[in-house]
Amino acid sequence: MPGIELKNVTKTFGAATVIDDVSLSIRPHEFMVFLGPSGCGKSTLLRMIAGLESVDAGEIWIGDRRVDRLPPGERRVAMVFQHYALYPHMTVRENMSFGLRNVRLPEAEIDNRVTAAAKMLEITHLLERKPGQISGGQRQRVAIGRAIVKEPQLFLFDEPLSNLDAALRVRTRLEIAQLHQRVDAAMIFVTHDQVEAMTLAHRIVVMNNRRIEQIGTPMEIYSRPATAFVAGFVGTPAMNFTPVELSDGPNGFVAARLPDGAIVTTRIEASSLPASKSFKLGIRAESLDICPVGQGETAGVAQFVERLGDRTLVYVRLSDGSTIVAEDAGNSRVAINDSVGVKIDGGGVHLFDDQDRGHHAVLDGSAT
Amino acid sequence: MSAAAGQLSELGHTRVQSARAGAQQSRWSHMLYVAPFLFLYVTLLVYPLFAGFWLSLHKADFFGGSRFVGLENFVRLSNDKVFIGAVGNTFYFILLTVPALAIIGLGLALALNRTTRTAAFLRGVFFSSSVLSVTIVTLLWKVVFAPDGGFLANLFEAFGKQPVAFLSDADLALPAIAITTIWWCIGLPMMLFLAALQQVPRELYEAAALDNAGRWKTLWNVTLPSIRRTFALVVIIEVVLQFQLFGQAYLMTQGGPNNASRPLVLFIFEVGFTRWDVGYAVAAGQILFGLIAIAAMAQYFVARRKEAF
Repeated sequence: MPGIELKNVTKTFGAATVIDDVSLSIRPHEFMVFLGPSGCGKSTLLRMIAGLESVDAGEIWIGDRRVDRLPPGERRVAMVFQHYALYPHMTVRENMSFGLRNVRLPEAEIDNRVTAAAKMLEITHLLERKPGQISGGQRQRVAIGRAIVKEPQLFLFDEPLSNLDAALRVRTRLEIAQLHQRVDAAMIFVTHDQVEAMTLAHRIVVMNNRRIEQIGTPMEIYSRPATAFVAGFVGTPAMNFTPVELSDGPNGFVAARLPDGAIVTTRIEASSLPASKSFKLGIRAESLDICPVGQGETAGVAQFVERLGDRTLVYVRLSDGSTIVAEDAGNSRVAINDSVGVKIDGGGVHLFDDQDRGHHAVLDGSAT
Repeated sequence: MSAAAGQLSELGHTRVQSARAGAQQSRWSHMLYVAPFLFLYVTLLVYPLFAGFWLSLHKADFFGGSRFVGLENFVRLSNDKVFIGAVGNTFYFILLTVPALAIIGLGLALALNRTTRTAAFLRGVFFSSSVLSVTIVTLLWKVVFAPDGGFLANLFEAFGKQPVAFLSDADLALPAIAITTIWWCIGLPMMLFLAALQQVPRELYEAAALDNAGRWKTLWNVTLPSIRRTFALVVIIEVVLQFQLFGQAYLMTQGGPNNASRPLVLFIFEVGFTRWDVGYAVAAGQILFGLIAIAAMAQYFVARRKEAF
């Protein structure tokens, strides 16, 4: 089964570059998610793979075929659109079989494929209805069915869940994951929702500002973000950032001095850091625990308390005026205006140099 | 306790009553908002409609003479060869113009539905004829059709053929008027189709491209089904408009030769304003109204039935 290869792909609209020299390789049967804020170019990249946007420079390969000059229909890809894009005047069955008719597949084969896909997606009872007569969730299933019957080498999903309500979104997400288990094809899924990305992907491509920021497994992206953008974009609540001054700590690790004077011993090796004028410390709420005043590395005043049930997020104002988000147990008794201590887990500290590149704690004896 | 409750409920009751009275009052005051429209609608549309029907039951002229004759005008019409010929001409004219307007309008819209400057310029060009007055349009086309020195005559002569006198040939007069009308009226259907084409979601075309549908398949399976409502609308509008053919025929052929290009409205005009037989003309007008109403209804129901499944 073929993999997908993007080589130095560039796309411009007039004077504006929307995809800037992107290279990427997707393994056969891999579930790849393009994640990024709106306008970062992720949908454009997907549409370029589909053939709906031209490629101004670079190459796209699916398996051993170069496809970037082929029309969309000949690339052996199937796409599920954000707004379903079902043909409103055709029945569900006609919608699903339209593409197969166009390549002159025998009627019996078309029938078999449509029936099988409809059964898999539990839409058999809808086959003779028109898109206007079924619900949004059902339409999305039909759109997925239309993709399945083509038996493509590559499925492309363009924010397919963003039109569904919360409950349906979770269910459909699960179904797409199950679908991936059943079909023998790679999938590319575009979303701006990090939960979708984290739950579905084998690997995530985080995009920002026309370029790829990082490619990695969900846990790599989460725990070893390559750039400050990735660190801030992925994870809820967003990572805390604060400028720090570095000094040598014990065992070759660096110690970081926060603006309020607190010293944190990190697990980042001094030798792994580049010569940079300034560093920014990044740390997630889960590495900042609320404790009694005097027991933690730093302290402040609780400004706002968010109770999420299993845990409590406490927005703490430090003595230098900056605010960080720390975590406490679900049954936390912290109230607004309480003075609290904050215990900082040095292993959860990330440092970002003046190029915004991330440096992380040593892992199994290796450093980044 | 219960007394207090009773008082309370009484209080509530009065409140409800006064609220109801208020609602009633405000409902009447709502009428004031519609009154200006209603006044114009009744005086300019409803009253003339019925007055016209009433007048068609009279032998009347513009000089005050009026005598109730019942359905005599209609009986006369059914035996009037010129009238029946005019009805036939009108239908023939609709057959010549409406399908052509719809199909050419659609073709132009499909060809010019793009964002290039040339397309925008050509859209303007094709629409520009619509803003001309009928006098200018007919003058222009009389020059085109003129048997001596006309544009077509010159063209015929250039190919060594005898020039044809389109406007004085019983078989060609109405087709010539139809061509003039199509040239004059093509802007509106084109614009309506363009508006409809721009409403078709781009994603549908993208889905069709991924579905391996070629140009014709996309046209038949995506574009045309998506704009069929507009197609029905264009046909209805054009049928209603072309039933009322008058200016072109009046200015180009005066209904001739030998009544071959006399449409219904020209018949009504002549009976009413040159023969002063107002009741008779109005009776013919009632028939025209009925025909337009039937045609519009028929179109409407056909279009609705298609929509239903």
